[in-house]
Amino acid sequence: MSNIKREFDRRKFIKGCLLGGVGLGILPTLSKMHEVLGSTEKLAEYVPEIRSYGMGINVKACIGCGKCVNACEQENNVPKDPMYYRTWVERYTLLLSGETIVESPFGGSRGFTDTHQESKILKSFFVPKLCNHCKNAPCVQVCPVGATFTTSEGVVLVDKDYCIGCSYCLQACPYGARFMNPITHTADKCTFCYHRLSRGLLPACVEVCPTKARIFGDTKLRSSQLTRFFRQNEIQVLKGGLNTDPQVFYARLDGEVR
Amino acid sequence: MPGQVKRLLIFVVIICVLFVVSRVLLVPEGFGKYGHYRATAIDTIIALPINYAGHIVCNDCHDDIAETKDASYHQGVNCESCHGPSNDHVQSLEEDEIILPSAPRDRNQCSICHAYSPAKATGFPQIDVVTHNPVKPCISCHDPHAPDPPSVIGGCIACHRGITRTKALSAHSNIECNECHTTQDEHMVNPRAFRPDKPRSRDLCGKCHAKGATSETFTKKVDMTEHGVGYLCWQCHFPHHPEAN
Repeated sequence: MSNIKREFDRRKFIKGCLLGGVGLGILPTLSKMHEVLGSTEKLAEYVPEIRSYGMGINVKACIGCGKCVNACEQENNVPKDPMYYRTWVERYTLLLSGETIVESPFGGSRGFTDTHQESKILKSFFVPKLCNHCKNAPCVQVCPVGATFTTSEGVVLVDKDYCIGCSYCLQACPYGARFMNPITHTADKCTFCYHRLSRGLLPACVEVCPTKARIFGDTKLRSSQLTRFFRQNEIQVLKGGLNTDPQVFYARLDGEVR
Repeated sequence: MPGQVKRLLIFVVIICVLFVVSRVLLVPEGFGKYGHYRATAIDTIIALPINYAGHIVCNDCHDDIAETKDASYHQGVNCESCHGPSNDHVQSLEEDEIILPSAPRDRNQCSICHAYSPAKATGFPQIDVVTHNPVKPCISCHDPHAPDPPSVIGGCIACHRGITRTKALSAHSNIECNECHTTQDEHMVNPRAFRPDKPRSRDLCGKCHAKGATSETFTKKVDMTEHGVGYLCWQCHFPHHPEAN
């Protein structure tokens, strides 16, 4: 008799556990459902248009004046000391000897001085670089607290009030586009000048570029300067093999560029 | 219900309550609203101040300059590219004291883009800053809002390229050839028969270099009554490239 009772109790206990487990699983799902259903109006006010921002860079047009680097510094108060850049310009010099020299003194902000004998140069060109705002951003994936995120427009941002400064994202970024801000001690990077975009302005670097080497726009629009840029040029991205799906597109990029 | 089950249930309930309470306390406001991040972070970033006003605002008032510029080679160069961040200027328009944006007038500003570099694209207008009229500010020949090149080089430089280049490097770069040389028109046709003359008196140099002359303070002044009496200036000095000291 006592045996049967004990067995019954055990069965009841297991059943109870299962039910409880299912209940625990359902509760958060229900609350999520409620959130999703309740927040439709708020979502609408946040994203009136579904956009997908991207930048095109015409390598041949860049003259290495460094105005973009200076404008970025002034617009976003990028700390100057020791050397931090949200965008920078690299000069590639391919020598006849087969050597490739990549330089970016002061991020290109003070221009470039000729350091190589012209007769020894095969070719030379400038490559502006910045955060690629990847669709599959490695930095977003590794952030342990959700301080780095991709907005619905495809802009990768850092929540500096929530970042714990662990630097995982700095290591994850294959483009070296991030740095630790020495003042806030949090991760910092290009925002595509998100605060300007919301005011209907262009990013500061695009605004000041004198040769229109930087083109900003919506990659999904059928008619925009950016889509025109896509049509007229062979487009490449940096480190495409990493499958990060960058949203910064380069035209006439040399294979030497890493 | 047996005692051990009751105790277990209490334990489960405590864990559930702890989970819910800690979730409410630890998860920040707005987290997960749009994704795995704080929704308020976006508001913070959007609220950041701007420094560059954007060329559209500039064109509202300075439409005359915009019109000139948009018809010129500088049509793609936006105002703040040269004038610097100008949102302060736009904001101050309503106030008593208008903050003016910078208006760079020195050669260094233009040479940021137009100095020669092998890395710049062929066809982009570039100059050798050292030899291209070194003392002159660019704006004395080129209008930055309509920077068409000045008239085709002709006249003296067509033959006297060496002297012109030397003079261009010197402190005398702003002085035209005919200020010192009177040249007959026939010189152009028959140069050896009709030579241009050279200054025959010291007065020409004295206009700037005599003691008490009204020239710039950095221009060297000498007492013409004592200095090198009996000689013309150019018999000792080389006016196309005067001594630096």
